[in-house]
Amino acid sequence: MFGKLSLSAIPFDEPIIMGTLLAVCLLGAALLGAITYYRKWRYLWSEWFTSVDHKRIGVMYIILALVMLLRGFADAIMMRAQQAIAASGSAGYLPPHHYDQIFTAHGVIMIFFVATPLILGLMNVIVPLQIGARDVAFPFLNQFSFWLTAVGVVLVMMSMFVGDFAATGWVAYPPLSELGYSPTVGVDYYIWSLQASGLGTLLTGVNLMVTILRMRAPGMNLMKMPVFTWTALITCVLIVAVFPVLTATLAMLAADRYLGMHFFTNEAGGNAMMYINLIWVWGHPEVYILILPCFGAFSEIIPTFSGKPLFGYKSMVYATASIGVLSFFVWLHHFFTMGSGANVNAFFGIMTSIISIPTGVKLFNWLFTMFRGRVRYHSSALWTVGFMVCFAVGGMTGVLLAVPGADFVLHNSLFLVAHFHNVIIGGVVFGSLAAINFWFPKVFGFTLDERWGKVSFWCWQIGFYLAFMPLYVLGFDGMTRRMNHYDNPDWHPWLVVALAGAVVIAMGILSTGIQFFVSIRHRHENRDLTGDPWNARSLEWSTASPAPFYNFATIPTITSLEQHWDNKVHGRAYVKPEHYEPIHMPRNTGDGFIMAAWSLPLCFALVWHIWPLALVSLAAIVVTFIARTYNRDTDYYVPANEVARIENERYARLATVTRISQPSSRHQEAA
Amino acid sequence: MRHRVTQLVRIMEDQPHRGRRSPLRMLSRLAVFGVTVLLAGCHLALFDPRGDIGMQERHLIVVALGIMLAVVIPVIALTLFFFWRYRDTNKQATYDPTWAHSTGIEIVVWGIPCVIVVFLSVLIWGTTHALDPYRPLTSNAQPVRVQVVALNWKWLFIYPDYGIATVNQLVVPAKTPINFQLTADSIMNSFFIPSLGSQVYAMAGMQTQLHLIADEPGTYRGMSSAFSGAGFSDMRFEVKATSDADFRAWVASTRHGSGTLTHDSYLTLARPSVNNAPATYATVDSGLFDEVVNQYMPSMSGMPGMRNATNRAKE
Repeated sequence: MFGKLSLSAIPFDEPIIMGTLLAVCLLGAALLGAITYYRKWRYLWSEWFTSVDHKRIGVMYIILALVMLLRGFADAIMMRAQQAIAASGSAGYLPPHHYDQIFTAHGVIMIFFVATPLILGLMNVIVPLQIGARDVAFPFLNQFSFWLTAVGVVLVMMSMFVGDFAATGWVAYPPLSELGYSPTVGVDYYIWSLQASGLGTLLTGVNLMVTILRMRAPGMNLMKMPVFTWTALITCVLIVAVFPVLTATLAMLAADRYLGMHFFTNEAGGNAMMYINLIWVWGHPEVYILILPCFGAFSEIIPTFSGKPLFGYKSMVYATASIGVLSFFVWLHHFFTMGSGANVNAFFGIMTSIISIPTGVKLFNWLFTMFRGRVRYHSSALWTVGFMVCFAVGGMTGVLLAVPGADFVLHNSLFLVAHFHNVIIGGVVFGSLAAINFWFPKVFGFTLDERWGKVSFWCWQIGFYLAFMPLYVLGFDGMTRRMNHYDNPDWHPWLVVALAGAVVIAMGILSTGIQFFVSIRHRHENRDLTGDPWNARSLEWSTASPAPFYNFATIPTITSLEQHWDNKVHGRAYVKPEHYEPIHMPRNTGDGFIMAAWSLPLCFALVWHIWPLALVSLAAIVVTFIARTYNRDTDYYVPANEVARIENERYARLATVTRISQPSSRHQEAA
Repeated sequence: MRHRVTQLVRIMEDQPHRGRRSPLRMLSRLAVFGVTVLLAGCHLALFDPRGDIGMQERHLIVVALGIMLAVVIPVIALTLFFFWRYRDTNKQATYDPTWAHSTGIEIVVWGIPCVIVVFLSVLIWGTTHALDPYRPLTSNAQPVRVQVVALNWKWLFIYPDYGIATVNQLVVPAKTPINFQLTADSIMNSFFIPSLGSQVYAMAGMQTQLHLIADEPGTYRGMSSAFSGAGFSDMRFEVKATSDADFRAWVASTRHGSGTLTHDSYLTLARPSVNNAPATYATVDSGLFDEVVNQYMPSMSGMPGMRNATNRAKE
C-alpha cells in the first residue's frame, strides 16, 4: 500500500534535520495562518495560481528562485563550516552520508531551482514586453511549466524530511548512482524532481521560442530585436535541443534502477561512460542556457546607464549565436582524464578555447559601450561592472581548465569549483540581481531602494573574492572537491578564509532581503509614474509601470532597434492614441496548476514505489488534460472602453509628472 | 629561497620558441614571471612538482595563464578605467551619445581573442600529445609496472613484475618511469598524485593507463579525486619514491614478508571499508588484475571465486 515508505523514512535521529523540519513547519504554519487571517486565499488563487499572465508567472519563477537561493546557500555555508572544522583528524560536525547529500543538493538546487528559474522568470517577464506581444504564445502551457518547476522544488525539499536525497554529486554519475551502490530513495528523488522541472523547462523553451519567432510587433525584423530577446531566443534553441537529452538520460538511469535494465551498470554490457557523455552533452549547453540571458540583460543595462546605444549590436548577435552553436562541441572537456586519446582531448580543448572568442568580444563590446558615455552609477550598472571583472577572471580560469595538460592536474580540484562559481555567481547571480534591480519597476511600478542595493553589491563582491580565491589556491595545492575531512594542515587556513567569505555573502543576501523590504515600505515615494525610470531605450519602457496586463494598449509598429529611445528623440513617445480597439487576451485557468499539482503525488509515488497512487495521479493528469481540450472558453476580449479607462488613468498619472526622462538636447540635434 | 629563484629562472628559460625581444613578448614574459613568483611563493603542490610530468604541467599552466593574463589584465583595467573616466559627473570627458559602431575597433576586438586562441591552440595540440597519460616515458631506466585497483575505499597496488602487492601504500623507485594500469572494482575513482602530475580515472570493467616518474626520492600524497561515496575522503595513500637500491631492498623484504593475495582474499579485501592501514602482500595470484578488469564479462562470471562486484553487493 505504501510501497517502500514507512515511518522510519523520517530521520528522527538527526538533530540538524529535525530542527530544520521544526523551523519549516513553524514558518509554514505562520505563512498559511497569515494568508488565512488576511483572507488572501481567494486573491492568491485567482490572481496568481490560476494566472496565465507572463509577468506574474515570471515573478513567481523569480520568487521561487530567491527562496531556493536561501536553501542552497544554507547548504553552502554548512559545507564551508564543515571544511573549516574537519582538518587534521577532526571529523567535523557532518557525517559523510549527510555531507554528501548536502553538496549534491547544493549543486542541484543552485542549478535547477535557483539559476534556471531566475533565467526563465526574467525571460518570461521581459521577452513579450520587448517584442510588443500581449503574452507568450501558449499561456496555459506557461502556467503548467512553472508549476512543474515548483513540483521539482517541493520534491527536493521533501527529500530532506522524508527519506533522503542523492549522495552522488549533482550529476549523479553511475555506477555510484545505480541501485547497487545507492539503494535508498535519494537518487529517485533526484531523478523525478529533475524530470518534472526539466519537462517544465523544455516546455518554456518551446513556448518562448515560438513567442519570439511568431509574435514580434510589426516591423520588428530579427535584426531589430533587442539583444536580450536575441539571447533569450538562442537560450530557448539550446533548451529545446538539449533538455530532451537530459530527460532521456535520466529515464535510462531510472530504467536501470526501476526495471533492472543495464544502460549504465558495470555488468551485463552497461557502460557508465555513456551516461557521463550524455549528461555533459546536456550539461555544457546548460551553462550557456543560464549565462546567455544574463549577457542579454547586461547588454540592455550598460547602454541605458551609459546613455549610448550598445556598441557593436551585430557583433553581439553573431557572438551570441556562435556561442550557441559552439556549445555543442565542448562537452568532453568535463572528462579529459577518462583516457581518451590525445587527438580527441586536443580537439575538445581547442573547441573550448574557441568558444572564448565570442565571449571575449562581448566583454570588449560592453567596454566600448561605456567609452564616451555618461555612466550613471546605478546599482544595476555596478553589478554589470562587477560582472565584467569577475567574468574575465572566471573565463580565463575556464580556458586554463580547457587545456588538457593543465586539466590533468586541476580536474575535480577546488580550482574547478572556484572556476565555475566564478562564472556562475559572477555571471548568472550578478546578472539576475542586475536585471531585477533594472526591470523591477516595470513589473511592480516602483523602483528598488538604491542604498541597500549597493550594500548588497559590495557584500557580494567582497564575499565572493574572499570565498573563492582561496579555493583557487587550494586547487593548486592538490585539494580535490567533495572532501568531508582532510589531513593536510596547509589547507586549513584557506578554508577558514573561504568560510569568512561565505559569511560576507550571507550579509549580501540579507541586504537584498532588506532592500526588498525597505523598497516595499517606501513604495509610494518611489513610484515610477512615467514607465521609464532610467531614461531607457527598448520597447518595454514605452508602456506604463507596472505594465498593464495586456502590455500595450495598441501594438506599436517598429521602425528602430531602440524604439522607445527613438520615439523620445523624435517626440513620438507618450503620445495618446486617438482611439482603442478591443484586446484579445487568454483567460485565467486553474488547469495547468491542477495538472502540475497531480504530478507531485505521481513523482512522490514513483520515488517510494507506491504504484496505486502513481496510477491514480497519472490518470488524474490525463483526465484533466482531456477535459481541458474540451474547454472552448479559453480567451476573451477586453472591451475598448475598459482599455481606454486604464490608459486614461495612465495619461492622468503622466500629466502629474513634472520631469520625464528625455534624451538630452544633443540627441535631438543629432537626430 | 635561492633554490626557488634559480628554479624560476629555469622556468623562464625553459620557454620554447624564444625569439626577438618584441615588446609584446617582453610583456608576456613579465606576466609569466609575475604569475610564477606569486604562485611558487606558497609551496603549493602543483607549483612544486617532483616529477617530470608535473614539471611540464606546471610550465604549461604558467605559460597558458601568462598568455591569457596579457589580455585579461588590460581588459579589467580598461573596464574599470572607462567606468571611472566616463562617469556621469565627469563633464570633462567626451560624450558621444550616438557612437555605436567602428569597423576598426570591431576588427580589433574579434582579432585579439582570435590571436590568443591561435596561440593557445598550438600550445594545446602540442602539450596534449606530449602529456598524453598513455604515452610511455622515455628513459634509460627499465620502467616499473604497477597495476592499480580502486576499491571501496582503498587502493590496491599490484607489482606484476615482482609478484607482490600493497594496499594504500605505493613504493616506487625514483628516476624510473612507472607504467600504471588502472581499473576499479566497482565505483569510479580518479588516481592522483599531485606532486608527480597527471591523474586518470579508474573505472570498473575497463583499463586505463598512466605514465609518471618521480625525479627525486621523497614521500608524496596520493588520493582519489573523483567522488566515490561515503568513504571517499579517506581514499588517501602514501607514495614513497626511493633510490633504486632501496626499492630493490623493499621488494625483497616484501617478498619475504607475510600475506598472500588470492581470489578469496581479494574478495575479502574488496568489501567496503575505510581507513585501511597500509599493508603488503608477499605473493599475488598471477592474473588477478585481469580478472578484476574482466569480472563483468559474461564468460568470466563462471570463474571460480570471482563473482562480480554487483552480485557481491546484492548478497
